[in-house]
Amino acid sequence: MVTVAATAGADRPGTRRPGRGLVVAGTAVAWVALWIPLHGRHTLPLAVSRLSPLHLWLNDLRDAVDADRSGNPVLGGAVDVARSAIDHLVVFIGSLISEPSYGRPVPVVGWLGVVALAVLVGYAAGTWRTAVLAGAGFGSFGVLGLWQQSMQTLALTLAAVAICLVIGVPLGFWVGLSPRGERLVTPVLDLMQVMPTFVYLAPLTLFFLIGPASAVIATIVYAAAPVIRITAHGIRNVPRPTLEASESLGATGWQVLRTVRIPAAARTIVLGINQTTMCALSMVTIAALIGAPGLGEVVVKAMEILDVGTAFAGGLAIVAMAIVLDRVTTAAAAHTGSRTEPTPRRRLWTLAALGASTLAALHLSYTFVWAAVFPGPQPAGVIGGHVADGVNQATRWVQHHLVGVTDAVRVVVTDGLLNPLQALVTESPWYLVCAVVLAITWTVAGPRTLPVVAGCLALLVGTGLWRDTMTTLAATLVATVVVMVLGVVVGVWMGRSARVDRLIRPTLDAAQVMPPFVYLVPVLGLFGPTRLTAIVAAVVFAAPVAVKVVADGVRAVPASVVEAAAAAGSSTWQLIWKVQLPLARHSLTLAANQGLIYVLSMVVVGGLVGAGALGYLVVAGFSQRSLYGKGLAAGVAIVGLGILLDRITQAAARRADAPQPQ
Amino acid sequence: MNRAPKWLRAVALVGTGVLALTACGSKISKEPAPGRASGKPCGTVTIAVNPWVGYEADAAVVGYLAKNKLGCTVVEKNLAEEVSWQGFANGSVDVILENWGHDDLKKTYIDQQKVAVEHGVTGNKGIIGWYIPPWMAKQYPDITDWHNLNKYADLFKTTESGGKGQLLDGDPSFVTNDEALVTNLGLNFKVVYAGSETALIQAFRTAEQQRKPLLGYFYEPQWFMTEVKLVHIALPAYTPGCDADKQKVACDYQPYDLDKIVSKKFADSGSPAVALTKNFSWSNDDQNSVARDIAVNKLSHEAAAKKWVDAHPDVWQAWLKS
Repeated sequence: MVTVAATAGADRPGTRRPGRGLVVAGTAVAWVALWIPLHGRHTLPLAVSRLSPLHLWLNDLRDAVDADRSGNPVLGGAVDVARSAIDHLVVFIGSLISEPSYGRPVPVVGWLGVVALAVLVGYAAGTWRTAVLAGAGFGSFGVLGLWQQSMQTLALTLAAVAICLVIGVPLGFWVGLSPRGERLVTPVLDLMQVMPTFVYLAPLTLFFLIGPASAVIATIVYAAAPVIRITAHGIRNVPRPTLEASESLGATGWQVLRTVRIPAAARTIVLGINQTTMCALSMVTIAALIGAPGLGEVVVKAMEILDVGTAFAGGLAIVAMAIVLDRVTTAAAAHTGSRTEPTPRRRLWTLAALGASTLAALHLSYTFVWAAVFPGPQPAGVIGGHVADGVNQATRWVQHHLVGVTDAVRVVVTDGLLNPLQALVTESPWYLVCAVVLAITWTVAGPRTLPVVAGCLALLVGTGLWRDTMTTLAATLVATVVVMVLGVVVGVWMGRSARVDRLIRPTLDAAQVMPPFVYLVPVLGLFGPTRLTAIVAAVVFAAPVAVKVVADGVRAVPASVVEAAAAAGSSTWQLIWKVQLPLARHSLTLAANQGLIYVLSMVVVGGLVGAGALGYLVVAGFSQRSLYGKGLAAGVAIVGLGILLDRITQAAARRADAPQPQ
Repeated sequence: MNRAPKWLRAVALVGTGVLALTACGSKISKEPAPGRASGKPCGTVTIAVNPWVGYEADAAVVGYLAKNKLGCTVVEKNLAEEVSWQGFANGSVDVILENWGHDDLKKTYIDQQKVAVEHGVTGNKGIIGWYIPPWMAKQYPDITDWHNLNKYADLFKTTESGGKGQLLDGDPSFVTNDEALVTNLGLNFKVVYAGSETALIQAFRTAEQQRKPLLGYFYEPQWFMTEVKLVHIALPAYTPGCDADKQKVACDYQPYDLDKIVSKKFADSGSPAVALTKNFSWSNDDQNSVARDIAVNKLSHEAAAKKWVDAHPDVWQAWLKS
């Protein structure tokens, strides 16, 4: 029931213009009508082991770069400088908190010192609540028996985030202030976020060698985009009157930036830092494939032997780290806004006391073994072993008892929805699909979006992987529908109740940073290596974003409007359906857009659990030298698909918003 | 909240710190950690560890011996296969202990760039092929001959295989001819890509537990074989050259003699670890027993290696002779 109401609400803006819905429906009918005589022709298939001339050419290009790399002094010199700088930074942070250093058998700062620092920073950024959370979160690393691995991951993450900020914040200023900068940088950011990491992982180690530098750079490539985008957004959206006031006082551009724009955008910039940190943490398992030590290694090793419990403990430590870093940066962002009032005296005293205790703790952890090495049994810690055993037992129980139900679900969803959709998309001639996509673009997004969509379609045909792209597209669409349904249902629930929000939000955070394979092994036991398992993976990862965006949108609906409607005698369902969802329409389209992009970023993981197609090819290209070019082409196809879907949904969203007076 | 409790808390915190400071605890000594054996100079050996348990068993035992019998400093780097080979070129990897074929990488790094050299076989025989769970072999005894696969194709149908029987392929890092084999042997099957070793093992585990039909690509030596002894399907026998044209191949996979590769620099270094890695050679059963201790009995790598080393002195003592 909820679902029906919610989807109807989401569709309203589209149906308001009489023609649009009809045209889309007519296009679909015409598609099916043409599919019947034409299906199976011109579908551009290519067997997995076959290569197109483009793929061979990309292989040759890789070989040429590989052979040439040492022969080019300028490039070689620059790469060496960057590599050794990053290596030194990581080794320095590591010698402080994670590795035996300076002739000592332990790092400079032991667990007590790090936990005390976390508490201090938590309090300085927020309140006692954040301080306690930070202490408990960091303490959990040791209790799980993963102290050193957690510190290794923390060192790598801190280094990557620091570099992201040094590069990203100034770049964000530029992009925010200069339209030319925006035009130049935005496509690069799209590429960085959607291009699967596996495509550039192997070439990266060619240039930056095996070591911390490669892992940090791989992380930066993926994680730098949010801080750049969000900083630019903050700088751009400073209220006009504030700017005009300052300009009328004769301030120069630089002064305006320093005294008006940056302070006004500070909160937004901290949110960008927050998102970048989350993205960096989601890279730890991939970094483990090129020799980065830490929690990612724990998860990867455990997955080789299908030890879900141990992998879960490792994942739990990643989640704890993510939640601490998230809450601390978010608290700092809230704090940044209210800097104008002087800090209360009592708070200053507390800070001083905490600072003194931290210094004492640092000294202790430098001097004594008990404060340096986390106490508890090795290697699983106080509760790590119990967590692993419990999860393993639960996994076995679930697989044993639910498999009858899940088999039925799999058959219904696959045969009823996925297979027909996939048949329609993959068995159509390529020109028919292109025509349909262009027609839908014209209708929902307008003629101005046509050139970029046509360009993307041409790119997809050009990669030589059209049919695989269509298979991936079908699974992506199904996953996005599920994400939206979940996003609207849970998002409305959370948006209407602060208590529900507090309860659910940690689960959403966990779903976003828990390494996918941890929950995918149980899912594999239930659904087997199938496209449905891949869809589940994508939904787990992408639904939290949609839920959070929808919840924010619903909460932003003015309370006065809701109260007025309630006073007029609307029922709860009427409130949701007629007032809250329509007013949160912009959030719904944003949620659909972000949901799609996040689903696409899971295509590679999907390829690892049975989805085949583009995701599988990307991983195969990473692991087999002769398939490198094909894997790269598959990565490009994923980017093309991402840009295509992103531009259509964004333009459709702008159009849906247009009739509104605002 | 008033002022007093907060003050108390702060005082308590600092107080605890000072108390602990003066309490007796064992201090951290500046000396390097014990255990660094003296004796023959060995230096540092960097072993690439590729992500499968059989390889980890090799690395555990060789690393244990290098550290405890030769006094080397052993660095293990967890790396994907191709990345390990790249490590030869820039000096960040010394040894690959279990190499499956990879003629293309040998051509690049041994013949062309001359940064790596072959270092002898590990004694392990690598077998790649098609397997079924043991319950199926018991129930349908003639299924292990490929001629009869079409007879049973209907059993293997799934939602993924488009009305044909499903042949489940696994890890993308393994070379597969399966699409060509299905076509050239005239089988009514479709190749479905599970996409990872984890997914493949889970699929076989489920198939045996719930007696579901499954035909899949698998390999030995593999720790999972000690949990569920999968049954090999006989394809037309391999003869040298029968797989030369990858599109026309109609024979079983080539049996591999798994081998070791080391960097040129390491091979010329004169370290006693060179002889150890060169002589390292053991049976599939040896590897499986260590791999099983790691994967099933959840021993640490070091403990699993020690257990095997203590039980097989005659085997490893031969490796140390230069």
